[in-house]
Amino acid sequence: MAQIAEGGEPSEYLIVIEPGRRRLREEIADLLHYRDLLYFLTRRDLSVRYKQTVLGVLWAILQPLLTMVVFSVFLGNLARVPSDGVPYPVFAYLGLLPWTYFSSAVTRGAMSLVAHANLLGKVYFPRVLIPLSATLSALVDFAIAAVILVGIMLYFDMFPAAGSILLLPLALLTALLALGVGMWLAALNVRYRDVQHATPFLMQIWMFATPVVYPGSLVPESYRAWFHLNPMAGIIAAYRGAVLGTPIDWQGLSISSAATLVFLGLGIWQFRRMDRFFADVV
Amino acid sequence: MASSVIRVDRLSKRYRVGGRAQAQRRLGEALGDLVRAPLRKLRGSPADETFWALKDVSFEVSRGEVLGIVGKNGAGKSTLLKILSRITEPTEGRAELRGRVASLLEVGTGFHGELSGRENVYLNGTFLGMRKREIDRKFDAIVAFSEVDRFIDTPVKRYSSGMYVRLAFAVAAHLEPEILLVDEVLAVGDAEFQRKCLGKMNMAAVQRLCSSAILLREGKVPFSGDSVSVVAEYLRGDGLGGPRFRAEKETGRAQLLSVDLRDTNGVEIARPLSTTPFVLDLAYILPKRAPGTRVGIGVLSVDGIVIFTSNTRDVAAEVPSEAGRYRARVTVPDNVLLASDYHLAVCIYNDGEILDLHEPAISFTVESGPSPLYVGQFRRKGFVHVPCRWGVERDSGANQDSEPVTVRQSQ
Repeated sequence: MAQIAEGGEPSEYLIVIEPGRRRLREEIADLLHYRDLLYFLTRRDLSVRYKQTVLGVLWAILQPLLTMVVFSVFLGNLARVPSDGVPYPVFAYLGLLPWTYFSSAVTRGAMSLVAHANLLGKVYFPRVLIPLSATLSALVDFAIAAVILVGIMLYFDMFPAAGSILLLPLALLTALLALGVGMWLAALNVRYRDVQHATPFLMQIWMFATPVVYPGSLVPESYRAWFHLNPMAGIIAAYRGAVLGTPIDWQGLSISSAATLVFLGLGIWQFRRMDRFFADVV
Repeated sequence: MASSVIRVDRLSKRYRVGGRAQAQRRLGEALGDLVRAPLRKLRGSPADETFWALKDVSFEVSRGEVLGIVGKNGAGKSTLLKILSRITEPTEGRAELRGRVASLLEVGTGFHGELSGRENVYLNGTFLGMRKREIDRKFDAIVAFSEVDRFIDTPVKRYSSGMYVRLAFAVAAHLEPEILLVDEVLAVGDAEFQRKCLGKMNMAAVQRLCSSAILLREGKVPFSGDSVSVVAEYLRGDGLGGPRFRAEKETGRAQLLSVDLRDTNGVEIARPLSTTPFVLDLAYILPKRAPGTRVGIGVLSVDGIVIFTSNTRDVAAEVPSEAGRYRARVTVPDNVLLASDYHLAVCIYNDGEILDLHEPAISFTVESGPSPLYVGQFRRKGFVHVPCRWGVERDSGANQDSEPVTVRQSQ
């Protein structure tokens, strides 16, 4: 038994249980030990999500694509919203692609703990893996939808700029933000199920407060700095700049990145604060 | 004390009364409270009633020891296990566990019906704390153990419940922890995977599997020691709704004085096992000579249906009728009463005249003992076991030559 057990001598494992015990070092060691669980949780989310659907993984594409069509018709064609000199469908899809990811990652993250209520009372594992896997599994949809972007651009005789490589760090930034907001909402949702009802509404308002389907240039210059405190504002502008090869507002992106870290910190703080009550309350 | 692998020191857990309902408030209520009583805030008012699910529980487990935790439902067993499994936090106290811990509070934690057996083995295994490498290495053994190899790539929602449980057990059986925390449901899961057959605490299993035990009573540990004496203490003292009766005062007439449940050695118990005989010990007084006096008992179901009655006439012997104090001992044979809750009615009467009647005098629970009568069923229906004879033979129209097969239920 001893030689099969991993990690060497048994004495290495010492678990101390006391009220309010929070040691970051222990929590991180735990996270590392359970990293395979993160992989299998994410894989489960992915393989279960489109089971018993006719269109299957096509849904990952249809969501941003159909939203883009709707906005192109109403905002692009009818309301003639400016689109920074790019065909409106390309412009809108470039905003909707990261937004759809953000929105679904946050929504899934917010519901994740309550959806796993049964597990919380039956087994120990780092609880953060649940919202984390929700964020990660949504990332796969994002990657699939990103491929369609190329098709849409080719249709309009355009081609992604070399800066598109920036999509990777930008996706990471979006994921961190979604994780922070998702963790915050998930922890609150355990205690106040209102979150479940408020989240879709919150995401809708947030979308219109963000230059997803309209250009950030519509926002008066004097409000810009404040505007970028909404991290998604700077992030989505940067997505557009990267793919279209237009200049990136680095200052705005910096403010948005800093705000992202604040959101993430708040999410982690709230989650750790409520972590120990999850099993008692959920 | 280097040898103890689990050390629990004055562990306590406090819950708010109505915990779920109250803790899971809607934001509106919380805001409403905020408006009405701004100073009390969201933190919970001091008026909240609390109770201690565990209070000052201390014990140690040394390497190689198997410790059983015995107690009624609600005594704090689950809370203790959940704290040691790190599912919930203690309110006070401290516990130390040295070694790789695996905790099994249910089988198949995290199983998902849409996923194949293979995927579920990995998911469940990592939930229980195994690493992927480790599962890779043990995978073949797990599948072989579970005997579902042909269906390992079939979604488990298509499994029979037997296959499902076997696969879940197979994963648990390959955990190889140094400390294993197991809930009672799993303790009885043997090769037959009879998970559902003993819903209640199986005392025989505790005595068989554990070297020592602690008794939990209302969150405290009033008794601990070797498993046999702890189980005996539990059966003696933790019955539901009073397994003993004491007359409040003597009336000066013919009167029932006390009722006790005992085992055949005369030791007082609270919960007889269905598989062992037990004794109803009735003490009564006859203040004056009363020829023809009889004492009778009736065993009733909890909803008051009389299951059987018995009285001193049954043995056809004349019972003493001189004035004095008497003790009647009624032995209920083994394998008659099935596991359930019962009331006992006691009557002292003479020639149709009731002198003293207690209905019920006591209430008691019969626990299911280790018996083939219980295998394969959640709970055997009914209250008494009747050793019926069965004769099953082929229908005469089909084959005249066949020998009749006689199946007789054995005990």
